Amino acid sequence: MKRTLEQIEEQFQTFQIMNEEGEIVNENAMPDLSDEDLKEIMRRMVYTRILDQRSIALNRQGRLGFYAPTAGQEASQLGSHYALAQEDFILPAYRDVPQLIWHGLPLYQAFLFSKGHYKGNQMPEGVNALSPQIIIGAQITQAAGVGLGLKKRGKEAIAITYTGDGGASQGDFYEGLNFAGAYAAQTVFVVQNNQFAISVPVDKQSAAETIAQKAVAAGIEGIQVDGMDVLAVYAATQEARNRAINGEGPTLIETMTYRYGPHTMAGDDPTRYRTDEMDDEWEKKDPIVRFRKYLENKDLWSEDEENEVVEKAKEEIKAAIKEADNTPKQKVTDLISIMHEELPSNLKEQMEEYEEKESK
Amino acid sequence: MAQMTMIQAITDAMRTELKNDENVLIFGEDVGQNGGVFRATEGLQDEYGEDRVFDTPLAESGIGGLSIGLALQGFRPVPEIQFIGFIYEAMDAVNGQMSRLRYRSGGTQQMPITIRTPFGGGVHTPELHADSLEGLMTAQPGIRVVIPSTPYDAKGLLIQSIRNNDPVLFMEHMKLYRSFKGEVPEEDYTVELDKADVKREGNDVTLIAYGAMVHSALKAAEELEENGISAEVIDLRTISPVDYDIIVESVKKTNRAVMIQEAQKVAGIASSVVAEIQEKAILHLEAPVLRVTAPDTVYPFSQAEEVWLPNHNDIVEKVNNVINF
Repeated sequence: MKRTLEQIEEQFQTFQIMNEEGEIVNENAMPDLSDEDLKEIMRRMVYTRILDQRSIALNRQGRLGFYAPTAGQEASQLGSHYALAQEDFILPAYRDVPQLIWHGLPLYQAFLFSKGHYKGNQMPEGVNALSPQIIIGAQITQAAGVGLGLKKRGKEAIAITYTGDGGASQGDFYEGLNFAGAYAAQTVFVVQNNQFAISVPVDKQSAAETIAQKAVAAGIEGIQVDGMDVLAVYAATQEARNRAINGEGPTLIETMTYRYGPHTMAGDDPTRYRTDEMDDEWEKKDPIVRFRKYLENKDLWSEDEENEVVEKAKEEIKAAIKEADNTPKQKVTDLISIMHEELPSNLKEQMEEYEEKESK
Repeated sequence: MAQMTMIQAITDAMRTELKNDENVLIFGEDVGQNGGVFRATEGLQDEYGEDRVFDTPLAESGIGGLSIGLALQGFRPVPEIQFIGFIYEAMDAVNGQMSRLRYRSGGTQQMPITIRTPFGGGVHTPELHADSLEGLMTAQPGIRVVIPSTPYDAKGLLIQSIRNNDPVLFMEHMKLYRSFKGEVPEEDYTVELDKADVKREGNDVTLIAYGAMVHSALKAAEELEENGISAEVIDLRTISPVDYDIIVESVKKTNRAVMIQEAQKVAGIASSVVAEIQEKAILHLEAPVLRVTAPDTVYPFSQAEEVWLPNHNDIVEKVNNVINF
């Protein structure tokens, strides 16, 4: 038995294209990206890092609500997103707000989501996505359904869903992978393995050497990727997307990454479960630092360009938080009115009650 | 008009909607070639193909999530949960996800999903097949709970549930599947959701019931009539939301009511129906509103189910109590 397991685990070597020094170590796997694409990926990562810093500050000032920091995970989040088309459907977890923003969710709505306003969950027309999932793993079975729906509709698009290493312990994770495999659904599953599910380290989640190998049990493809290497994440997602659309079935992608910040801004203290050494080790792998080196070596990036992105991000964030602040507060009557298509009798009665209360 | 059992009426409703709307998909455990463990989907895969009527892997949470995903692509899923007790496995998918999704998406998405599931006791099933779990589901905002008691209502309510753009839990009492036939039009028709139905008119007491207990109430009403008591029997049909207008109207006429359910006293909807009656019609009441329910234990192993399940004698007894109050 052990022999079989070893044979399987040996096959799940971390896929990398660019090392920590920004050097290409796997030329054959290099994706076909134009200079403009490469620069755009860098812009998005820098912008998102600034957004994270500002969101943390705004949360501390009491201007944002629920927020799950993203710094460290930019390559996993934005590299995978860059491989998508607008028709693709995203089923994100709570940390995956950046992908929604780059898929077309206006920034002020992302802030409204954080502030707990239902308008933050309204995807604009043409933005194919659900709002961030709170229940760990619930989105994974849904992604199998969206992927099957796309296949039945004959669409050249995929469902992509995100979860973390903790999410891979849920029953829904296995059910989702298994359903998608059985139906050859057009679905890509991304597990951002940031090493901790709040505080529990990944080696306490499972005896499996990798999360990627869990694909084998579902009879689907799985790959472990250096999640700090944006080129590798992009290439792996692009291939998985192509396979899904070509009817070759779903793929599980595990990205090895790290969140620099706390689990959320609601009182988590990472010093209780992580060491400084571990933080330092992972920060050396930083996705932005290494991609900057790569771009600078190609003369594609400069400090001025980076500053431009930083300033643009700051300005847009300022305007967006203002817009979010100015959005009228949600009422109980708003809530009642969007529970059903037509109000059932009990809610009709309660609607009248709250209309009166809220008119005072 | 054809004579059909309830199970035939349910199959007929699904066939009707498969034909009417190409977005309707029927799936679940054994619903394909096998036609479902109760034969509710008999022949549908042969008629409409595996693309529209298909088996799923054996995992209820997965079935729930799959339904949500398909609804997000504009389909109208009609999943089957093979027995009500298996819905515990899908509680997050149904209660935590599908019922909340219209709200969670700020009203931009809809979940036109009808979950069909057999429930109810008296047919000697193994454990966790016969429970009356409707109370768990009526406590969940965002999903309707519909329970037919006749073949006619079953077809019309199921068609209307499938056409509704919000989730519906459609609960089919196993004991009613084949126990009698009723007249069912072969053509397409609907029965309105959220509306109760007076199954028997009367003046002295209002009996409120749903599912198999409607038939126990009707039987009790016949017996009571022999003793000169005229009972009105209301079949709720949709139990979330409850049609209180029809109940209150009836209570204003009879001044007495008994609420009957197969579920335990702490479960089901009896307590909330009683509360609502006293809020809306207390000055019309001549006696407390009593409840006929099962005891507050888990559903028993099958040997004990006949003593556990409420029956028409229990109803007659409670009616006598409210009449002689």
